[in-house]
Amino acid sequence: MSVPLDGNTMAGALGELFAVDVSVAVFECAGCGHAGVVAEVVVYADAPGMVARCPACSDVLVRLVRSERRAWLDMSGVVCLRIDI
Amino acid sequence: MARAAVLGRLTWRVGTLVSFRDETAAARTLVFQIPDWSGHLAGQHVDVRLTAPDGYSTERSYSIASAADGDLVELTVERLPDGEVSPYLSHVLSVGDQIELRGPIGGWFVWDPEVDSPALLVGGGSGVVPLMAMVRTRARQGFATPFRLLYSVRDPASVLYGQELDRLRSDPMLEVHYAFTRQTPTSFSRPAARIDAAFVEEFGYSAALHPAVFVCGPTGFVEAIADLLVAAGHDPHRVKTERFGPSGGSTG
Repeated sequence: MSVPLDGNTMAGALGELFAVDVSVAVFECAGCGHAGVVAEVVVYADAPGMVARCPACSDVLVRLVRSERRAWLDMSGVVCLRIDI
Repeated sequence: MARAAVLGRLTWRVGTLVSFRDETAAARTLVFQIPDWSGHLAGQHVDVRLTAPDGYSTERSYSIASAADGDLVELTVERLPDGEVSPYLSHVLSVGDQIELRGPIGGWFVWDPEVDSPALLVGGGSGVVPLMAMVRTRARQGFATPFRLLYSVRDPASVLYGQELDRLRSDPMLEVHYAFTRQTPTSFSRPAARIDAAFVEEFGYSAALHPAVFVCGPTGFVEAIADLLVAAGHDPHRVKTERFGPSGGSTG
């Protein structure tokens, strides 16, 4: 079992796709309703992609896979993101 | 902070190594010049991308060690024995060489100088790097915010920035407390041990002062320290954490 990191380590990969810093956004977990800052989610970064899990219930929040020309972003585990602008 | 978070999409840029200095036998600080660098906040990191001639490329995150200083950015890279990137950066990259970087990244694990509550910084090993950026930013900008740095490190030879921290400690509002986990200096009275509840109570700030708290290090370290701090009464929402590991994280 690999040692997880946190959402800080995803900030660069998400910053490539979003115009705002998603790591400071507040997510709501589709599994348990937990709300927290993206920087504090549990991230497994040593798979072929990055997998972010809820720190409260461990459900998958986000999966991000990147190839040279394309990114796949699955956010089905997140009900919504609150982004301060 | 919310305003600073609107950055536009991140893109890769080219940085040129302009100088370096060895911090320990295994760690080197690399100074990159990055044209049109936007500056950075204390605690942010960059992603580094290396691409081999055959097209294979790999990325790592590294905390920025320096305070904002024009188009210069300093990274301290600790060589990991089985690392893919860190041995190259810390022992092969030469002055004049170029690498790809993107950043600054991350608006969460960031010290805001305009917030005047005391700051408690707890670093394990090279987890001290982003905390040093906070210490340097505070000193460079002349802030008198009370700071305490609790620095857990294996042995005296592994201490990063030791001489600079000794100089900065002449500021009575900045305290630095070491916990040596394997071997202590001869002058040191506390036996080799990890940071524990008693250490946090003796050298940290009381939760009643509502300090901003930053904890950075390997995942196990960060979780142990965060648990200690919350048990000591610190508000979990004020304890900001950043974990790194040998795979895909801040080192490797």
